Amino acid sequence: MGEVIVVTSGKGGVGKTTTTANIGTGLASLGKKVVLVDTDIGLRNLDVVMGLENRIVYDLIDVSDGNCRLKQALIKDKRFDDRLFLLPAAQTKDKNAISEQQMKDLCATLKEEFDYTIIDCPAGIEQGFKNAIAGAEKALVITTPEVSAVRDADRIIGLLEAAELPDPRLIINRLRPAMVKQGDMMDIDDMIDILAVSLLGVVPEDEKIVVSTNRGEPAVLDEMSLAGEAYRNISRRLTGEEVPLMNLDVNDGLMGRLRKLFGFSK
Amino acid sequence: MSLIDFLQRVLGKETNTSKNVAKERLRLVLVHDRSSISPHILNALKEDMIKVISTYMEIDEDALEVSLSNEDDSVALVANIPVVKMKRDYQG
Repeated sequence: MGEVIVVTSGKGGVGKTTTTANIGTGLASLGKKVVLVDTDIGLRNLDVVMGLENRIVYDLIDVSDGNCRLKQALIKDKRFDDRLFLLPAAQTKDKNAISEQQMKDLCATLKEEFDYTIIDCPAGIEQGFKNAIAGAEKALVITTPEVSAVRDADRIIGLLEAAELPDPRLIINRLRPAMVKQGDMMDIDDMIDILAVSLLGVVPEDEKIVVSTNRGEPAVLDEMSLAGEAYRNISRRLTGEEVPLMNLDVNDGLMGRLRKLFGFSK
Repeated sequence: MSLIDFLQRVLGKETNTSKNVAKERLRLVLVHDRSSISPHILNALKEDMIKVISTYMEIDEDALEVSLSNEDDSVALVANIPVVKMKRDYQG
């Protein structure tokens, strides 16, 4: 019996879809069987981030409406034979096209077969959010080191608790160590202190994310990407392994990367 | 960054860094946000206050009002508690 994990944030644009794609791909790389579910009906994007947009035939709503069997709607990621699948959102319907009960039933079916069912939640706190969390057992909250994103994350944490999904784990995305060092960006401890939740991981700002999204190849597969390394660590932590936070010290940054480039890394 | 800011940072006085401004603003806005999403916590607080105060005086429980008020740069817990009768026999 697998786990159902929802990826939320409240605010849009902080990296829910990128995180879902990378964690899912990361877990599949670790040999786990994974399905990603895009619940952002009307604004689907997980398919393009995963590079699977050309292969969609059926979607989430086709499954819940009974237009097709679940297996027909699951898109297999050919980079991982039979371990990574995507259930895409419908693009021409709205958030009310599926009910909370239908999501619960779907998640119950998926967790029979997959080690991890990862749900990409839409931005906002309305019906789309309620649907996304309905069948989940664990929640990840994504934030960036900005007041707007942290405020919305706090609201989401409150709503998750009210929905009896307690102890969400935090992922801090797009941290810029140089700005933190200058005192111009909140640091990891500041955000944990404010939000009072446990930390799952920190993903540094990384231009490679843009490149990997351009190509439809999650950064977690790029050995040279810092963000990819952070997502590999997060994936391992999700499986229960203890992995220390990666060193984001600015002084080590350039030299560390050069060393790594020339194969001197530890 | 102005020269004064720069010197303050060099001297280790970082109270004016923008991250501290962000933290302080967040702290305040979240007190308000959190209170507005959990009226049941205010209710629980109200009931506990009634319990404590009733040891010392008789109060009008129905007219008791408790709320959070947000003024400038601070948040205050404001309670309006009408007293009906003092308890003369209370022995500390």
